[in-house]
Amino acid sequence: MYSDKVLDHFANPRNVGVIEDADGMGEVGNPTCGDLMKITINVADDKTISDIKFQTLGCGAAIATSSVVTEMAMGLELDDALAITKQQIADELGGLPPEKLHCSVLAADGLADAIKDYRSKG
Amino acid sequence: MSDQDSIYLDHAATTPCDPRVVDAMNPYFTEVFGNPSTMYEGGRKAKQALEGARETIANAIGAKPEEIIFTSGGTESDNHAIIGLAEAGKMKGKKHIVTTPIEHHAVLEPAEYLKARGFELTILPVDEHGIVHPEEVKKVLRDDTAVVSIMHSNNEVGTIQPLSEISKVTKEAGVPLHTDAVQSFGSVPVNVDDLGCDLLSISSHKFYGPKGVGALYVRKGTRIRPLIRGGAQERNRRASTENISGIIGLAKAAEIALAEMEVTSARITKLRDRLVNGLFNVLTDIRHNGHPTERLPNNVNICVRGVEGEAMLLFLDMKGISASSGSACSSGSLEPSHVLRAMGIPQEVAHGSLRFTLGKKTTEEQIDKVLAEIPAIVDRLRQMTPYQQPPEHYKMPEWLAAKA
Ligand code: FES
Repeated sequence: MYSDKVLDHFANPRNVGVIEDADGMGEVGNPTCGDLMKITINVADDKTISDIKFQTLGCGAAIATSSVVTEMAMGLELDDALAITKQQIADELGGLPPEKLHCSVLAADGLADAIKDYRSKG
Repeated sequence: MSDQDSIYLDHAATTPCDPRVVDAMNPYFTEVFGNPSTMYEGGRKAKQALEGARETIANAIGAKPEEIIFTSGGTESDNHAIIGLAEAGKMKGKKHIVTTPIEHHAVLEPAEYLKARGFELTILPVDEHGIVHPEEVKKVLRDDTAVVSIMHSNNEVGTIQPLSEISKVTKEAGVPLHTDAVQSFGSVPVNVDDLGCDLLSISSHKFYGPKGVGALYVRKGTRIRPLIRGGAQERNRRASTENISGIIGLAKAAEIALAEMEVTSARITKLRDRLVNGLFNVLTDIRHNGHPTERLPNNVNICVRGVEGEAMLLFLDMKGISASSGSACSSGSLEPSHVLRAMGIPQEVAHGSLRFTLGKKTTEEQIDKVLAEIPAIVDRLRQMTPYQQPPEHYKMPEWLAAKA
């Protein structure tokens, strides 16, 4: 039911972990099924994401979307990273089964939360 | 991955057809294909085979042949029992139904359907092991109770109910008792008089028979309405041309299951215990779900701290191991297992649930392979988790510690 790319990101997730003393941290949960995600970012020149790591407790799709969103966001300007949608995440993975689309929300929200956290520290 | 390397540990979901069953069925597709309702030779032969199968099934559960209705499987049997009894009861002014929170959806959804049509529904409590206590049943029975439905053994955690005690209570109250024995038949003894039930459902594909066929036992004298109308088959109780090949397969599978049950179940119990003990040895922070002793020989259900079930299933699958989980993410409905929840297990703990159900082809090597693979899988996922569920839910149960 999962595409090869989903399975690849699930089995070999990129950027797993937590950045010590990160510039921004996002923590989001998925009320639908009780999954949790934490994203930490470092920001260079108050502009671009220079480092990003995630931790996720969740299904295969939740882990794969977390992983792929860190790849997508790495090196992006903050506003561009904020603009990443759940659909773009799903597309990047070659699609998700319909009942798993909501998992990509977690990834998009986690990233947005981390950026907001960074900005709130001003 | 070749079939030989793959390790199938999801027998509660379904089982492969026994080749002897397939052989027994084969002639009934092309040679003996007549409609049993016809009077010419081809029909008579089919009718004879049908009645032979009915006798086999009746004998297998200690019933009379005329008490067996062939159906399309466990789901239909459950639906027929609940809705058929409720409708018959309604004609006598009854409007109350009783069941448990750990039933299969094939029981729960018909019960909800009836509730939406004016019946009152009582859902009994279960204890932490998933046991329904007879006193609880006694408390809720009423003069207008049309049906009590309590499963014999649970598909998720394997807990077996004290049905012969429960049936004393229902008998005294004069209320018909249905039991879903879909997971039990072929695995543990199922006898309708020992259990004291009035109706009982079984499903062929759970004991190495074909899919799409099952049976419903209805004790003589029990008033029940048909579910499927449009013909006089099954003594006017279930319309539709009989699925002869399937029914022959069901009977053959039952015959084999009964003949081999003692030896097979003893062997599987040993493997099950090896797996449970092994899991507690190779993994930290896990819990065991289900009753310590009153449980099916083939069921192992655990919760693993700090991981989600579907993720474990995916990694196991990559190693050729098929299992199942009660986590929300692994269900199409995104609801965590209603069985684990009813047993008082918090949603976040059910999140890491994992079920292995063994079968007659399961070997010691396969169990050891699972035990060898699973620590790395759990470690990997735990390294990824931002959250650990509270530790108090993960302890080795005393009965297991005592054995170790
Ligand atoms: S995060 Fe639960 S279904 Fe994907």
